[in-house]
Amino acid sequence: MIDFGYTLNPSSRINLDNFDRNKFEKLSKSEPDVLLCIGCGSCTASCTAGKYTDTSLRKAILSILDCNEKAAVDFAASCLLCGKCTLVCPRSINTRNLLLSITKIYGKKQ
Amino acid sequence: MKDRIIGGYDNFVLPFMAGVIFLGAYLLIGFVRILYNIPSGDRKKLLISLITPKTILKNIRDIICDCLIHVKIFKRKALLGYMHASIAFGWFMLILLGHIEVALFVPERNGILYYPVFYRYFVAEQHHTIRGGFFFFLMDFFLLMVLSGITLAIIKRFRSIIFGMKRTTKPSLADRIGLYALWSIFPLRLLAEGFTAGISGGGFLTNSIHYVFASFFGNDLNILPTWWAYSIALGLFFFAMPFSRYMHIVTETVLILFRNAGLKVTKPRKGFAEAEIYSCPGCGLCIDACPMNVLKKNVKYSSVYFIRFLRRHNTRKINEIAQKCLMCGKCSSICPVSIDSCGIRQAQRETITNILPYDYGFLKKPGLYPVPQPDCSTDPGKEKVLYFAGCMTHLTPAIIKAMTGIFDAAGTDYYFADENGGLCCGRPLMLAGKTRAAREVIEANTKMIMDSGCNTMILNCPICLKIFREEYSLKGIRILHHSEYIEELIQKKRINVKKNNMSYVYHDPCELGRGCGIYEPPRNIIKMLGELKKAGKERKESICCGGSLGSITLNYHDRNKITEDSLDSLIINNPENIVTACPLCYKTFGNMAEIPVMDLAQAVNKNIIKNKQI
Ligand code: SF4
Ligand code: SF4
Ligand code: SF4
Ligand code: SF4
Repeated sequence: MIDFGYTLNPSSRINLDNFDRNKFEKLSKSEPDVLLCIGCGSCTASCTAGKYTDTSLRKAILSILDCNEKAAVDFAASCLLCGKCTLVCPRSINTRNLLLSITKIYGKKQ
Repeated sequence: MKDRIIGGYDNFVLPFMAGVIFLGAYLLIGFVRILYNIPSGDRKKLLISLITPKTILKNIRDIICDCLIHVKIFKRKALLGYMHASIAFGWFMLILLGHIEVALFVPERNGILYYPVFYRYFVAEQHHTIRGGFFFFLMDFFLLMVLSGITLAIIKRFRSIIFGMKRTTKPSLADRIGLYALWSIFPLRLLAEGFTAGISGGGFLTNSIHYVFASFFGNDLNILPTWWAYSIALGLFFFAMPFSRYMHIVTETVLILFRNAGLKVTKPRKGFAEAEIYSCPGCGLCIDACPMNVLKKNVKYSSVYFIRFLRRHNTRKINEIAQKCLMCGKCSSICPVSIDSCGIRQAQRETITNILPYDYGFLKKPGLYPVPQPDCSTDPGKEKVLYFAGCMTHLTPAIIKAMTGIFDAAGTDYYFADENGGLCCGRPLMLAGKTRAAREVIEANTKMIMDSGCNTMILNCPICLKIFREEYSLKGIRILHHSEYIEELIQKKRINVKKNNMSYVYHDPCELGRGCGIYEPPRNIIKMLGELKKAGKERKESICCGGSLGSITLNYHDRNKITEDSLDSLIINNPENIVTACPLCYKTFGNMAEIPVMDLAQAVNKNIIKNKQI
């Protein structure tokens, strides 16, 4: 491709028809804390894996709400379960179970 | 003594025999199944251990101490210990003496299963001999012993607080049948032998019963019905046994053989774990021990119920309980059977989380850790220290600062591996059951450590310490917790500390104390700094700070309650400071304690005597 000196951003359109209510209900049953997130990003800032990858719990939660399940799983896939995010979260969310639940409910089993 | 009944048989032995045959078959099948399910390497280990004289001796000692005398329960609570020991040891002696009596007096009946059990029914006494009197006395003595134990057991069922237990287990249906059968076996035996004492003779107990009852019951008519009842109670007990907690009577001996052979849990429900599951007598000591149980609603997550659901194959419940636990190890450390319930939980978690997708491709990329400066010194005795702070310590920079302060004061030449962030040690993954993922992290860290050329590794975090010691193979490298290293520095006079007039209480972090068996070094150091006060519950029984990474589903509210409980136990003797040796405990307590909380490194660094020349 010729480099024109600018890029096109992928579409950020959100199609709410893709929102899987059943899965989200399962998620909020598995970890009710998901409803508490205020998207502050503390978890991402402190993330151990985030130093090397774009692991981010905040983005994973947002992606689910934006109906992008695949992205959500990708944002959680490199998590080391180290627990730093639990300690910094201002909402005291049980982040590790949330991350595990996201991969369990939205990811494919290996 | 002489055979009284022709053929040495009466129909009343049938319930007993049916029970024994059923139980025998069940046990045999169970044992073969367990053997089949343990890895073949472990089977070989078991075989070797069974012919090694040292382990044979250990096996015998453990079986006598744990299964018969219940030394561990005695040490905890003498009355409870007596209750268990009197029933187990007394019953064992009754069986043993029964067989000896048969062998001595009616040798032709040797080998008939029911004969020693119903011995008094089948024999008639011809004349008193000293030898016979001796056995009469012994049999009555042990019967009395068992009866005293049973009385205590009945009291315990209704008033457990007398035994120092706040909560006791709720028995299941099979437990209840077994329980009532067990309660009635020995009184019935006493009655049966009492009624028969006129014919068979008796000791101080049975004879007295005989005379008392003779006056208003008339004995002879009652002989057969009571023997029937005794046999039915025994049969019922044997039938209930495989489905109740009483299975432990036999399984525990098997478990001891397995454990002394060095076997470990590999599958959550089969093999070694199955032996453990069926060895739990449901004593309920783990209920009061569990830190989660400050909240009554969490009692259902105790090990005893976990094991009960495992027996029932109730997967939904098993998973729920397995994920809740803090993995603090307290229940295992006080368990009289030493059941490794955390190991079973971890294996169970594997079945849930090990199949989840993950992507650790980044571990393969270069630049994970900065490349350390090559050390040009050729002195093989030179200490080359690698300092690995770990994730949690990075959230508590005060500890890192104190640690580097100590290194500087001691003149330690160290390489700070994760100064600008590094990987996790893998223990949280392991605890969550993601063993496959954990192995990848371990591999990446191992490479970094081996490449660094260090020979000593210092860790702040006990969570890291445990996995580095147990799962990493780092040959030639000493893996030390900072408490051990600081103690060594002080002993070698590389740093000096001054004593102040403060008082401290030390909190044993789960992973450091119960996890790695390090109890003394931190205490020795604190004693050099000031006065060390005792906590309410400490060492083996220390209460988890509530922050543990072991639990997956425990929420913030429940954790807070545990922290409060743990703090209450720490400040019971009014110390001025709380010292711990784990960044996670430090952070958890720090948020809630009303008195200063510090890590051991901070306490030492504050009181270090700086070398005047520098
Ligand atoms: S637990 Fe996972 S998401 Fe949270 S800080 Fe650690 S690596 Fe990041
Ligand atoms: S730190 Fe907690 S509240 Fe903030 S984005 Fe992360 S999960 Fe949400
Ligand atoms: S797990 Fe141990 S402490 Fe708990 S009930 Fe069973 S034997 Fe007792
Ligand atoms: S490991 Fe700790 S939290 Fe888990 S059941 Fe045992 S005592 Fe309770």
